[in-house]
Amino acid sequence: MNKNPLSFQVKIKPEDMEIKGLKPDDFEPASSEEKESLVIMRESVGFWKDGFRRLRKNKVAMVCLVIIIVIIFFSFVVPSFYPYSYEEQIKGANNLAPMEYSEEEQERIDAGEDVFPHIFGTDKLGRDYAIRVMMGSRISLLVGMVAAVIILVIGSIYGSIAAFAGGWVDLIMMRVVDIIYTIPDILLIVLLSFALKAPLADLAATPGFDWIRTLGENLISIFIVFALLYWVGMARMVRSQILQLKEAEFVTAAKALGAKTGRIIRKHLLTNCIGTLIVITTLQIPASIFTESFLSFLGLGVAVPMPSLGSLASEAINGLGTYPYLLFIPSIVISLIILSFNLLGDGLRDAFDPKLKN
Amino acid sequence: MAKYLIKRIILAIVTIWAVATITFCLMNLVPGGPFLSEKAISPAATAALEAKYGLDKPFGERYLTYMTDALHGDFGMSLKQRGFSVTDIILTKFPVSAKIGGLAVLVALAVGIPLGVIAAYKRGKFIDSLLSVLTTLGIAVPSFVLCTVLMYFFGVKLAILPTLGLNSWQSYIMPVLALAAYPTSYITRLMRSSMLDVLGQDYMRTAKAKGVTQKKALFKHALRNAILPVITYVGPMVAYTLTGSFVVEKIFTIPGLGGEFIKAINGRDYTMIMGTTIFLAVFMVIMLLVVDIIYKIVDPRIKLK
Repeated sequence: MNKNPLSFQVKIKPEDMEIKGLKPDDFEPASSEEKESLVIMRESVGFWKDGFRRLRKNKVAMVCLVIIIVIIFFSFVVPSFYPYSYEEQIKGANNLAPMEYSEEEQERIDAGEDVFPHIFGTDKLGRDYAIRVMMGSRISLLVGMVAAVIILVIGSIYGSIAAFAGGWVDLIMMRVVDIIYTIPDILLIVLLSFALKAPLADLAATPGFDWIRTLGENLISIFIVFALLYWVGMARMVRSQILQLKEAEFVTAAKALGAKTGRIIRKHLLTNCIGTLIVITTLQIPASIFTESFLSFLGLGVAVPMPSLGSLASEAINGLGTYPYLLFIPSIVISLIILSFNLLGDGLRDAFDPKLKN
Repeated sequence: MAKYLIKRIILAIVTIWAVATITFCLMNLVPGGPFLSEKAISPAATAALEAKYGLDKPFGERYLTYMTDALHGDFGMSLKQRGFSVTDIILTKFPVSAKIGGLAVLVALAVGIPLGVIAAYKRGKFIDSLLSVLTTLGIAVPSFVLCTVLMYFFGVKLAILPTLGLNSWQSYIMPVLALAAYPTSYITRLMRSSMLDVLGQDYMRTAKAKGVTQKKALFKHALRNAILPVITYVGPMVAYTLTGSFVVEKIFTIPGLGGEFIKAINGRDYTMIMGTTIFLAVFMVIMLLVVDIIYKIVDPRIKLK
């Protein structure tokens, strides 16, 4: 092609181009891959991924999560293949110190047999203490988690209905919450667990309800109490969140598209306060564990011979001078469980619901 | 204000009525009367005893009689401690619990508030981190664990503090410490966060710009505003120390109302259980009410609805 005589374009010879470090194909249009490599936008991050990324950076919360997983492993998995059982009374092995063997076991060891050591010793009835502590933590964790789920379900349903209905329905529902909120909870828990004991024992005697006895009547009544009383905090929280959310445009849009109330609550409102729900549920677990150990300590918790960390500590008080480790081991475990859940809850709050912080 | 007051008082009365009714119904649910555990008594004697305490009348009638009597401050006679009325027992035992609980509340306020202020002032410094670790522990460790650990070290190992009863001033140390640990930690955290909030406010900068001394700014401007959330916690704190006393009194064998309540429950002393529950509930509800009202008076920014 001939150059336009008026053009100012400089004519570059191929050998000059090489000197300047340019190649003829530098002037070709960019391919789509090349274009993509130039985009500096970050990949879009979803709610969960974003939250977990923040949680992973929180070292305290991660350590607590590991501790909780280890405790869950020891209380739910290890007992199933542990050589001793929590109710088995080993003859002649009463009040052994940690790692000590009874005379009979010592003879068996001398004879070349393998005897599993009593890592935490034994109690005064000759029961292996390590397995009792594990079973005790199992009860504590079970109480905490089941109670948290009960509270989550009742509290979120109640709170969202009150908030969504509004008007006098909301007013009456919230007055009920106010009353339950001011009722001294521990008093009522003590009373209820006492009063429900006998009716539940009767129920356990009828066929089909044997599972009540394996769990213990007191444990069931503790659950009932949590279900009756402890959901109010959750209900208040959910209500205040939903009151804000229900004015949002996406709810109006859903309504305009003909969505039913139940669907709006489930799909739009509750999913939007999922962060709050997670955080409050997690923080509810240590509170329930706290209450259960308190009740067990007073002798109103799980039924013997099933141990709970609270009842183990309570039994150990009498021999405090001679066998202090019987007290310290369950005490440390319960404190560790409550501490870890508290700190994990704080971490989850920072990660999923930073607004809640103050 | 009057409208708010009336609303709160009605709510308090309804709550107390609800507690009383629930307690009454629950106590009547329990099979096996209070006289079952006694050594073999004839059916005639049981009937006579039931007639004496009015247990043979129908449910509705008993409920009405009990409620009217309770309104007059008469909770009946204790079924187990013969010859003592429930009101007498409560009046002799409650001061003991109140003394320990009151001391614990005072300790919590006197220690928690200054610690919270220090933590906020030295934010991010060593002392702040130390306090944050300590308060986290104080909140996580259950009171019975703290009680027994204290008892082991100071009562058994070192043997410098008495482990039971309330005979000397030294015997108050451990129960009060054990009871105060949780509220102290809570107040420290509350005070720290509200102090940090206040320190960031515009009026603090204005005070500094005016040349107000740091001491005056702290006491006149910051503390008075930051202390408000702590006031709201006083109500729940009193409730906590009252129920916490169940455990503390059991461990240190203190003759208080908490121990009496547990004893009554284990002995199925109906009138005692109901009397104590209603008394404690009334006490807690009134505390919550008073604290709420004080809070509204102290902080005029809160709108009365």
